[in-house]
Amino acid sequence: MKFAVIVFPGSNCDVDMYHAIKDELGEEAVYVRYDEQNLANYDAILLPGGFSYGDYLRGGAIARFAPIMPEVIKAAEAGKPVLGVCNGFQILLEAGLLPGAMKRNKNLKFMCRPVTLRVQNNETMFTSAYENGEEITVPIAHGEGNYYCDEDTLAQLKKDNRIAFSYADNPNGSVEDIAGIVNEEGNVLGMMPHPERAVDELLGSADGLKLFKSILRNWRESHVTHA
Amino acid sequence: MYKVKVYVTLKESVLDPQGSAVKNSLHSLSYNEVEDVRIGKYMELTVKHTENLDQRIKEICEKLLANTVIEDYTYEIEEGVAQ
Repeated sequence: MKFAVIVFPGSNCDVDMYHAIKDELGEEAVYVRYDEQNLANYDAILLPGGFSYGDYLRGGAIARFAPIMPEVIKAAEAGKPVLGVCNGFQILLEAGLLPGAMKRNKNLKFMCRPVTLRVQNNETMFTSAYENGEEITVPIAHGEGNYYCDEDTLAQLKKDNRIAFSYADNPNGSVEDIAGIVNEEGNVLGMMPHPERAVDELLGSADGLKLFKSILRNWRESHVTHA
Repeated sequence: MYKVKVYVTLKESVLDPQGSAVKNSLHSLSYNEVEDVRIGKYMELTVKHTENLDQRIKEICEKLLANTVIEDYTYEIEEGVAQ
């Protein structure tokens, strides 16, 4: 399986993402620059964390109009897995691929530490290797991860079971303790915590690896040649 | 030339964590008459004469300058900026 790791000016988790795919998952990863305009040859798209365009104006607001973004949107519409982590999640929100927006953390602090997440829905292509309700340890590293959406949107997210991960102990003030959501079709996941930083016990946790294994397993299952 | 002044603030319905912190600080300085603080952004655009100026500025605000999921914007257009 071939993963594209999109590199924006100011991305800083692209190397971690590449490492997670190449060395831990054992699949092919390729850095794709923000100014390229073709993602046809990739099976999955990864938007890494960081501070794209310096987070000027708002996190993800400028990256959302980078030349690669129409291709990211095209890949999402084609049903390919698209994962946005941290700043990548903010970019997906700004691009309208996921609903809602990010505010400053409730305590106004940049927080960088492991947190406990609860798997709320293990029936997505990103979470199927987890148990429902499983508690996992994954680090957060953000100053603007206070997820907000209006009441109607929240009701819809809950009704459609689109909350993939929630915080066991809400660190940032997000509505409904939301840590990660998927789109209506289930092929776009945005999450603030960093699964790519939790892919080996040496890093403190390997709980994030199952997310990438889920993507791989689902991709393989959908590409089985029926005899 | 026009000078366009754009103000972006969080919507009334959205809690403003920065505004709350500033309000609390003002209260601790005994400015208890301050009931609420909303933090926002102020942007100045220098714009050439163009057709549909008002419409173009609205587009600019909604497309990029404000995230209308959580923010409101207002703007003022001033004519004849000195070079």
